[in-house]
Amino acid sequence: MERQKRSYPIDSRFCFIVNVFLSLTMIDTLKQPWPWYIAGPLIGLTVPALLILGNKSFGISASLRHICAACLPGKIPFFQYNWKKEAWNLFFVFGILLGGIVAMLFLANPNPIIVNSNLKAELATYGITNYNSLVPVDIFNWSTLFKLKGFLLMVVGGFLVGFGTRYAGGCTSGHAITGLSTLQWPSLVATICFMLGGFLMANLILPFILSL
Amino acid sequence: MPESIEKNTDFEVRSLDTICINESETTQPWYHLLKYTLIGLLFGILFVKAEIISWFRIQEMFRLQSFHMYGVIGSAVITGAISVWLIKKFKIKTLQGESIIFHPKAFNKGQVYGGLLFGLGWAITGACPGPLYAQIGIGSTVIIITLLSAIAGTWVYGSIREKLPH
Repeated sequence: MERQKRSYPIDSRFCFIVNVFLSLTMIDTLKQPWPWYIAGPLIGLTVPALLILGNKSFGISASLRHICAACLPGKIPFFQYNWKKEAWNLFFVFGILLGGIVAMLFLANPNPIIVNSNLKAELATYGITNYNSLVPVDIFNWSTLFKLKGFLLMVVGGFLVGFGTRYAGGCTSGHAITGLSTLQWPSLVATICFMLGGFLMANLILPFILSL
Repeated sequence: MPESIEKNTDFEVRSLDTICINESETTQPWYHLLKYTLIGLLFGILFVKAEIISWFRIQEMFRLQSFHMYGVIGSAVITGAISVWLIKKFKIKTLQGESIIFHPKAFNKGQVYGGLLFGLGWAITGACPGPLYAQIGIGSTVIIITLLSAIAGTWVYGSIREKLPH
């Protein structure tokens, strides 16, 4: 009798699928974090969706360029083009911002974010212990912005994102997803470099910034 | 200085930077663009719910502590590639009946130097440009500064690009 009570480890993917079908309230399931095998294919479908809706190549970092061209083109040749023709991209990124608001208002995960225990232990040594938001509030907030740590994380980090993506001619969406989907080797080079830069920063440089 | 970089035309945008370029020839009233806001909205919800905009998930990825982001990007690329293959094979047209155009990307050294710089920034901020917008949406108002700084980075790149190796 005791043996029959033993619980078996159930695969989390199986759990998710069973949840989808059995949950009396679908919304509770949607509030849980969505697994990669649901999110990844849906992101991939953005590529044909934008192509079929209006011949648009999926890419996000160009929106930063269009904002420059619209607001502060100066006499810089790089920003002298008809940005209004690319306005769809600005409508798209505005939608992403709205999506963040909608997800937070109606589908917020009530539980703390689940993070790898090794990472948790490491982050605790830098005083990062709050897992209630996807953006760690211990380091990304208005008061740290005016300290060296916050300046490096938000201002320098943001600058590298904007400068690097334009220099590379695209970001994760334009190169890694659109570029690789259309089998372009320059995008593979770019994606490998994104990853290399990220590995370098996360493992060798970021620990110094976080311990400031 | 090469003539092509000096001249400021839409052609220049296309030849040197073919990402996010509108190929549609049809002109429609502005409110037709709201359909992209709708796609963006769904995309933003997906970004938040799959925790792609999470700084923690990006740290796990670059420390090989989780498969999540690799699974997301990998399955997105496979789905995208199958979709593109189907569009090419069946010569699927846009809703307006135009042929769908793909741009071959030319290699330049910017993909290496710029790619490395973006990688550094990605691991610091825990966000590529798309997630920055969604992070602001979920109420992390300070990320507005990160976004403004990214816009400044793009602007500085634009102003010094002719001096950079490409």
